Amino acid sequence: MSPLLEITDLRIEFRLATGTVTAADGVSLAVSAGETLAVVGESGSGKTATALSVLRLNPEPPCVYAGGEVLLDGRDLLRVSEKDLRRIRGNDVAMVFQDPMTSLNPLKRVGAQVAEVVRKHQSASRAAAREAAVAALREAGIPDPQRRAGQYPHQLSGGLRQRVMIAMALVGRPRVLIADEPTTALDVTVQARILELLVDLQRRHGMAIVLITHDLGVVAEVADRVVVLRSGQVVESGDVVSVFERPREDYTRDLLRATPKLERA
Amino acid sequence: MTNLVEIRGLRKDYGSVAAVDGVDLDVETGETLAVVGESGSGKTTLTRLLLRLAEPSAGSVRFDGADLFSLPPARLRALRREMQVVLQDPYSSMNPRWRVTDVVAEPLVTHERGMRGRRGRAKLREQVSELLDAVGLPPQVQDRYPHEFSGGQRQRISVARALALRPRLVVLDEPTSALDVSVQAQVLDLLVDLQDRFGLTYVFVSHNLAVVQQIADRVAVMRAGRVLELAPARRLFTEPEHEYTRALLDAVPNPDPRQARRVVP
Repeated sequence: MSPLLEITDLRIEFRLATGTVTAADGVSLAVSAGETLAVVGESGSGKTATALSVLRLNPEPPCVYAGGEVLLDGRDLLRVSEKDLRRIRGNDVAMVFQDPMTSLNPLKRVGAQVAEVVRKHQSASRAAAREAAVAALREAGIPDPQRRAGQYPHQLSGGLRQRVMIAMALVGRPRVLIADEPTTALDVTVQARILELLVDLQRRHGMAIVLITHDLGVVAEVADRVVVLRSGQVVESGDVVSVFERPREDYTRDLLRATPKLERA
Repeated sequence: MTNLVEIRGLRKDYGSVAAVDGVDLDVETGETLAVVGESGSGKTTLTRLLLRLAEPSAGSVRFDGADLFSLPPARLRALRREMQVVLQDPYSSMNPRWRVTDVVAEPLVTHERGMRGRRGRAKLREQVSELLDAVGLPPQVQDRYPHEFSGGQRQRISVARALALRPRLVVLDEPTSALDVSVQAQVLDLLVDLQDRFGLTYVFVSHNLAVVQQIADRVAVMRAGRVLELAPARRLFTEPEHEYTRALLDAVPNPDPRQARRVVP
């Protein structure tokens, strides 16, 4: 299958007063429809800068895309106009971030926030948008979505807030979902539910997921393939089972060894 | 074994919510007692009471036999030297304008007259350098500022500060949650090593059961302000008694892709 999203030889530089920092130094990766690709690395590995480059969300300046391509259906997103990019954001590629509290507007009811996204994507009346928002919240597994739609972000738990973010991301039926540490801020039981939700939504809609994480446990739970990043470079990539069972690089082996595993027998 | 800390009938209400709702718990001298639970379980409130950083609504905490909440101020002040804390976020728990010497020396300056003034200065530097050595940092770092260090190094500095007064009890509140996994493993090793060297008793607060398994002798599982289950670590992980404990264990991601769930129920 030809990949839906393909990054080739991407070079991202942050040109700061104190010097140039290279966040991505020749990163290549690809993900197909229905597939989950995990991008793992420690802080400073360049995983978030790489993820943000897909929608050109790194602040420019200081960020400069100094080389490479980000191809969606063969079209280079680093070279499309800002206007086209706005159409691609949400419709073709959507993002979910780590901290749902800072990504939601604290002064607006969550239903209205989802409805706003609906109206950005489709010409819908207010009433229809509101109905679509409630449906989106329901699909994201929020119990009693009618009532929850009328609440403010602070009235929801962290897990419910992340479900609202997922509902918003999926309103435009994107073909690629980029999830940047979507469960890092959540309790472990809530994390498990959110991961199940993502897998379930992927099965129903066949979207490609790029999962950015530092947690190899999460990778093992949901990803098909994995790319290990370090200092802006791809250390190793492959299907999850072979990378975990037969890592070729010392760095991957060290990461796996450092990951605590629960022994229950 | 003797108990360093004895908690009886402890309760803390915030408005109509009981954050800690009738806790009886002992901390044995020399052990690592882990307190695990999800957000809102009351684990942090419990440690705040234990350090007497908050006043209880009911109940008592005895430290080495002395009731923390009825001690006269002078004796309480003396007791505070015996109990120290390391917090989760090594970024926000240090004054960014202080040099490492001043950060680590602050407890000494606060509690020991001889450490103040010009004469105290030389003694301080010597002690700080010993403390830094104990946590694996070279003496030259004394004159640098917190922002010059990585998260793991800062957490080492926090540990050095906590040990400055040679306490008997150290409360570790999610000490590795903000760190990369490779660094997390090193900090855990350091904590184990220091416990042996200095005869410390640890209360280790965490939501990460895989980490708890590496360090705890006993584990208290909290939910809704109560201790649901208290057991030796080995038994808790192999034969959890409570349904909720089992759910917590089941939710921990398994870094083995062949054993991981990978399916939607």
